[in-house]
Amino acid sequence: MKELQELAEQLINGYSDHVARLTQELLDKGATPQTILNEGLVAGMTVVGERMRSGEMYLPEVLQSASAMHASLKILKPHLVRDGVESRGKILMGTVKGDMHDIGKNLVGIMLEGAGYEIVDLGLNVQAQKFVEAIQTHKPAILGLSAMLTTTMLHMKTTIDAITQAGVRANVKILVGGAPVSQKFADEVGADAYARDAVKAVDKVKELLAA
Amino acid sequence: MPTQEAGKPYSTLALRSPEELMFGRVPKPVSCGYGLQLGAGAVYPELNFTLPTMLIEEESWSSIVNQYDELGEMIRRTAKRLHLPGLMIEFELLPPMTERPEWGAEITRVLDSHLKKAHEVDGLPCALRVTPTDIRDAIRPPLLRTGTEWETLRASFEACAEAGAHVLSIESVGGKELNDEAMMYGDVEGVMFALGVLAPRDMQFLWKEIVSICTAHGVVPGGDSACGFANTAMQLSSQGMLPEVFAAMVRGASAVRSLVAYECGAFGPSKDCAYEGPILKAITGAPIAMEGKSASCAHFSPVGNVAAAMCDLWSNESVQNVRLLSGPAPEAFLELLTYDCRLFNAALSTGSERIYQRMLVESDIHLSAQALVLSPESTIRIASAIVRERTHYRQTIAAASEALHVIRDAVRNKTLALAPKEHQWLDKIESALVALPAGEGGIMDSMIDRYGHLFTPSSYGL
Repeated sequence: MKELQELAEQLINGYSDHVARLTQELLDKGATPQTILNEGLVAGMTVVGERMRSGEMYLPEVLQSASAMHASLKILKPHLVRDGVESRGKILMGTVKGDMHDIGKNLVGIMLEGAGYEIVDLGLNVQAQKFVEAIQTHKPAILGLSAMLTTTMLHMKTTIDAITQAGVRANVKILVGGAPVSQKFADEVGADAYARDAVKAVDKVKELLAA
Repeated sequence: MPTQEAGKPYSTLALRSPEELMFGRVPKPVSCGYGLQLGAGAVYPELNFTLPTMLIEEESWSSIVNQYDELGEMIRRTAKRLHLPGLMIEFELLPPMTERPEWGAEITRVLDSHLKKAHEVDGLPCALRVTPTDIRDAIRPPLLRTGTEWETLRASFEACAEAGAHVLSIESVGGKELNDEAMMYGDVEGVMFALGVLAPRDMQFLWKEIVSICTAHGVVPGGDSACGFANTAMQLSSQGMLPEVFAAMVRGASAVRSLVAYECGAFGPSKDCAYEGPILKAITGAPIAMEGKSASCAHFSPVGNVAAAMCDLWSNESVQNVRLLSGPAPEAFLELLTYDCRLFNAALSTGSERIYQRMLVESDIHLSAQALVLSPESTIRIASAIVRERTHYRQTIAAASEALHVIRDAVRNKTLALAPKEHQWLDKIESALVALPAGEGGIMDSMIDRYGHLFTPSSYGL
């Protein structure tokens, strides 16, 4: 459909007003919300992700596209809820206890949100027990843990241990990241995946949800 | 050391031409610690190290103290082995060591005792820089002037000063809560507000306090670093997330907030991760610490050689205390820094310093806009633009604009090549800077509307 292609292109260009207008026009013409979501928005954001990976787009441009997606979703959401269309997945995230670094975690959150996932961000310096309670409350598909220091990264393990002890480990996949973190460390602490940057984190989330 | 009119923006340069900007030499040398003279004709290593992967807890504390004690022993041994003529050690506290001021003080005492021995027994001129962590952003929006975090940070400075710190520094975070967001969105207006309005206000508050603690304890107030601002931009750029010209613009602009420490009575040496250091040196005449290629243990950068061109201390930023084939990593990096410094000092003693400096500069500035803005010539241009303006807000915009002019001139002269997308951003940032209101009053309301959820105006006296 030509209009869906145009919607994706305007989203890639980051034109929120145009994306919102086109979304409404498509709904008025009878396109289903799920079609608009998948063939317009998700298709556009997939291109955005690819262009960021290849260095053709910088973060501010990606975020403009993400804002355009939000403008569309604001219109689509009541229709999606009415039709029983579920979100692409809920992701809980936070920086572990003792760590005050959050720009990396925030970037991951914004990129995932832009890719259509629902984000619950617990912020920074988050105690293990708070993660456990949030898993029980929000029932996320994935938990993202961030740490930037060699002296805080072991709190990823204490957090995962607490989640296991609370009996909710099987309910959630765990993705870890941060400057000192590696795949080896992720394996050692019992995480399901490791991502070295925000772009990779989006890929890993897709993989984890598809598994 | 005389400071300029307290609390007022600088209006003159201490060093007026690129030729006057040289490593190892400043108009206002600083004496600190056990006979260490900085900027008086030599460059010395500044070694910093951090703990390997471990938790800092009550149970692990004694083993942590032992690690620092062993490192202190290593420093003495290595200094003798390498015939070091002088040394700065930086102890950068980790958050729990700031949250429990007695912990930071204990390590300070341990390191000071080793340096004292190195001086008394081995004759090593040396000093200890202590850098508490700015823990005020443990809550969001940060409470910068009140509350437990601020009280604890202040207590940490006091405790470390009492315990034997010779130089006190910080990488302060006022304005970062907004700057992070503004940079991610490429919002030049937001970055100028964070760096030119919020950050200087916090620096004024914080550095008056730090200088007062230093004065009371006879400690040197070193300086601050725009690490959380400009180094964040540098890292985002290196990951392909921000244009390099954006990071170069932030680097120039960030010097103004770091300069405020000196307006409040700091007199150097500035912090190693403050790559804006050359601008501070040109304006204040104070010695600076820098880091570059020999800090790749901590992070990568496109400015490895040029960063050394005007340094007075040469640092490794931070290395984990892990075992390498040669020995402990901090010892390996002390050796690396020592050899780097021998070259600086041999160049100075043989009259070859201009040639060596030119090699350091030329090897980087044609490959990176971020490296270009750190050259002696760019430094003088940006510093001159700063001192021509009378408010921090105007100074910040002037520094950002001049950094872009430097880049544009190099592109025009074909001494720097930019990718097409970088060109687009150069135009975009320049247009955004030109469109900014003349005074900060004109930006305040829109910034509070856009970013009011991220910061507390009262934290900045607004």
